[in-house]
Amino acid sequence: MELERLSAVELGRRIAAGELKCSEVVRYFLDRSIERNAALNALIEIDEEALNAAEEIDRRSSRESRRSPLEGVPIVIKDILCMEGKRTTCASRMLENFTAPYTATAVKRLLDGGVLPIGRANMDEFAMGGSTETSYFGVTRNPWDLSRTPGGSSGGSAAALAAGMAPLAVGTDTGGSVRQPSAYCGVVGLKPTYGRISRYGLVAFASSLDQVGPMAHYVEDVAALLQLMAGPDGRDSTSLPAAVDDYLGALGKPLDGLRVGVISEHVEHPDVAPEVRQAVQRAITHLTDLGAALEQVHLALTRYAVPTYYLVAPSEASSNLSRYDGVHYGYRDRPAEGVESPLVSMMSRTRSHGFGDEVKRRVMLGTFALSAGYYDAYYKKALKVRRMIAEEMRRAFERVDVLVGPVAPTPAFSLGENADDPVRMYLQDQFTVAANLAGIPALAVPAGFNDQGLPLAVQLQGAPLSEATLLNVAYHLQQNRFFVPRVAEWK
Amino acid sequence: MTLDACQLVVGLEVHVQLRTQTKLFCGCPTIFGAPANTQVCPVCLGLPGALPVLNRRAVELAVQTGLALNCAIPARTKWDRKNYFYPDLPKGYQISQFDLPICGPGWLEFPDPDAPEHTLRVRLVRAHLEEDAGKSMHDEKSGRGDSRIDLNRAGTPLLEIVTEPDLRSPQAAKAFLTELRLLLTYLDVSDCNMQEGSLRVDANVNLHIDTPSGKVATPIVEVKNLNSFRAVERALAYEQQRQWQQWQRDGKQLGEVPKQTRGWDENQAVTVPQREKEESSDYRYFPDPDLVPIAIDAELIERCRACLGERPLELRLRLQQEYGLTAYDADVIVAQGRALVEYFEMVVAKGASAKRASSWLQQDVLRTLNEQNLTIEQFPIDADKLGELIAAVEKGELENSRARDVFQYYLGHPQAGLEQARAALGIVQVDDRELTELCQKLLDEHPQIVAQAKAGDLKGLGALIGAAKRRNPNVDPRKVRSICQHLIEQQG
Repeated sequence: MELERLSAVELGRRIAAGELKCSEVVRYFLDRSIERNAALNALIEIDEEALNAAEEIDRRSSRESRRSPLEGVPIVIKDILCMEGKRTTCASRMLENFTAPYTATAVKRLLDGGVLPIGRANMDEFAMGGSTETSYFGVTRNPWDLSRTPGGSSGGSAAALAAGMAPLAVGTDTGGSVRQPSAYCGVVGLKPTYGRISRYGLVAFASSLDQVGPMAHYVEDVAALLQLMAGPDGRDSTSLPAAVDDYLGALGKPLDGLRVGVISEHVEHPDVAPEVRQAVQRAITHLTDLGAALEQVHLALTRYAVPTYYLVAPSEASSNLSRYDGVHYGYRDRPAEGVESPLVSMMSRTRSHGFGDEVKRRVMLGTFALSAGYYDAYYKKALKVRRMIAEEMRRAFERVDVLVGPVAPTPAFSLGENADDPVRMYLQDQFTVAANLAGIPALAVPAGFNDQGLPLAVQLQGAPLSEATLLNVAYHLQQNRFFVPRVAEWK
Repeated sequence: MTLDACQLVVGLEVHVQLRTQTKLFCGCPTIFGAPANTQVCPVCLGLPGALPVLNRRAVELAVQTGLALNCAIPARTKWDRKNYFYPDLPKGYQISQFDLPICGPGWLEFPDPDAPEHTLRVRLVRAHLEEDAGKSMHDEKSGRGDSRIDLNRAGTPLLEIVTEPDLRSPQAAKAFLTELRLLLTYLDVSDCNMQEGSLRVDANVNLHIDTPSGKVATPIVEVKNLNSFRAVERALAYEQQRQWQQWQRDGKQLGEVPKQTRGWDENQAVTVPQREKEESSDYRYFPDPDLVPIAIDAELIERCRACLGERPLELRLRLQQEYGLTAYDADVIVAQGRALVEYFEMVVAKGASAKRASSWLQQDVLRTLNEQNLTIEQFPIDADKLGELIAAVEKGELENSRARDVFQYYLGHPQAGLEQARAALGIVQVDDRELTELCQKLLDEHPQIVAQAKAGDLKGLGALIGAAKRRNPNVDPRKVRSICQHLIEQQG
């Protein structure tokens, strides 16, 4: 039986009903992962320990209540979320041998819900990149076309889903790192409202932008994952105190009266490929058919989103990554011979050799932006523009419930295509970074395929804490067969 | 030109470890002296993914201190990161406060060391909260990896108090610090133990020199490694001389050379240049995105204000005005801490005169505390009992030296009352007739002393008093003296 075609919620139901043995399900996905990872390199580590937990679930009496609708379902977790006793590498030489002594809150909540991690997903080093090409452990390939990128930085998570290596995945999104790979791989990926999921145990890239994001083929699976992970956490001062909505329960509610805004600046942007524009048009048609009212929305400040983001994120990163100095844990290089300060030499060689080029580029960018004499012109101004972008978004959501537009300008690009042009690479993020700057939820929804067989996608964005609405709109699109969840096969 | 033409100018930065049960941003204990790296967790180790969560108690203690230091408390304060690399700084940045400190401008008044009846006032620029770093013990030169880092201290809450350059002498700096430490002790916000590093002082020093062409300022030097108030005093006196000589040699003024950091070498009694942490001091401050700003509402301020109690300066004045103590006596008692002041007031309330109570406290009580290394809270004689004892002396029921015997007896018998002590020590009042008989007997036994006395030499009376006390320990020496004198006069 092709278990990868089932939704995670359905797998969970069958395991609970005794129709499937949990250990067989886990074995099935482990075998698929081992087999397909050779070509994809989606997972840094495959963890057979999940089988023990699976057997425990199988031994339990059917009378015992389920811990969650996803109990017993395998998942892959981006290698940036700490898990006690597991290597947490951030795809960096710096943390190649770092074993986390504690578990991230989001992961803890998944474990408490009985979800079974079977692998650590590859990613861009420290989540810095949009193609999973900056990983110290090698590039990940897109299951729909092995010569192309799965996107990034959560490229391993998206590729693993697309290849049917696991029915569920967790990524993180600082500027589009869940949504863009989801779009390139044809899966559903959510960047929740900032603070909806605890960041405790998420290795920081840019603290004011980072969010954990659920990913899956089916909208209901993303909703179920969010249900498990969302909620206040005393260990994260920036987590939101608001109670968690019933995301699963909201799915299928009628869309009558839904106001949909089309972001003119994004849809009409010259960088946007025709098939991507057509996908957005098709989504608009579907939403109108479902009873939504349409409106054109102008986001004039959106063109400042990328420059703002590339000041704020590297600035925070330059500070967040200061802790990797070779002193306390992680990679340590030897000091050069005959230097005045072996300590300074050790630290500087550790950071020179432990980080890859993209990480060093951003650390230098951020260090520069925060330096005396430049702070006001760069970082401080970026914070001002950020507030203006958030305010523009807030005003837009007074008029509409959901904004629709593209996720990325094009479908998955070829590996190496943007490797030597960081600015072109950064422009991949131009439609996604605003949601991080404004702290609003945003969802990548599959939108069929182009004529080369590459996945297309659209992006839905909503007001803070409107995840239930976004997921419900996507669920209607799924039920209306705007997209059909599909696993990639290749020879 | 001479040294008289130069004025020492000093500003201080005082780091105070706040007395919280747990660290500023995690739940680790703050106990001093635990085995290395046993009071640590992912947060204070700066492990990847760990996040700080504010300890509200530290905010309360900081606000309390700020109020006691007459500081403006803002409605909102926030956290910033101070970025620099150092092995004992596990995150590569320190969580501190840059432009919105928890305590704004304030001031502290303290007794003028040159004129104890007067006070001096030092203005405070600000006081801000920050996390402490760990401790490193290393030998960079060896390059053999034999450095040791203890992160138990990392994350302990510090309040950094920064003064304006208002201090004008080493003695004034010492007096300011003494008053500050006393105030912090009264507030119970810190241990203020310099040996354990819970109070640390850096000084910024330069000279203002009168020259024929006007006033000039010498370059500011930051002096570190000041491990006692005495070290502060000595280092400042040394710097005054050194900077004067330096200026005479090179004439360099403020702004012409970069700010220098020097360390005080206690053994050599000199300051020596220190290697800088980083070549430049661009700390790249920016708001810490892991923490939210703190709102300080009126309710919190009022709650903190209610905890202040009387400050040393107010107490000294009250002891003088209410009890008629001298400035010196009031200062001695206040300097011992709030508990001793309360003890003093209870002793007086039991009928002791303030003067006698003050003298008993300063002599008998403090001496015993010092000898036995006790605090007043551990002192076996409670205030009521001492008050009763001194009151008995006041009323003439007990002779002073017998009262001291009772005091000694109390020390060994904490449960005993005055009656039991009297009985145990055989203290009975001697009536005047009995005493006169005793004196007459002694005079009869010592005719040469009588003869000397008649000749105007009263030295021998001391021996008579001693003899009287040996025969009956309860006699009052003053009475023995006066009766003896009276009897001799009667003999003509």
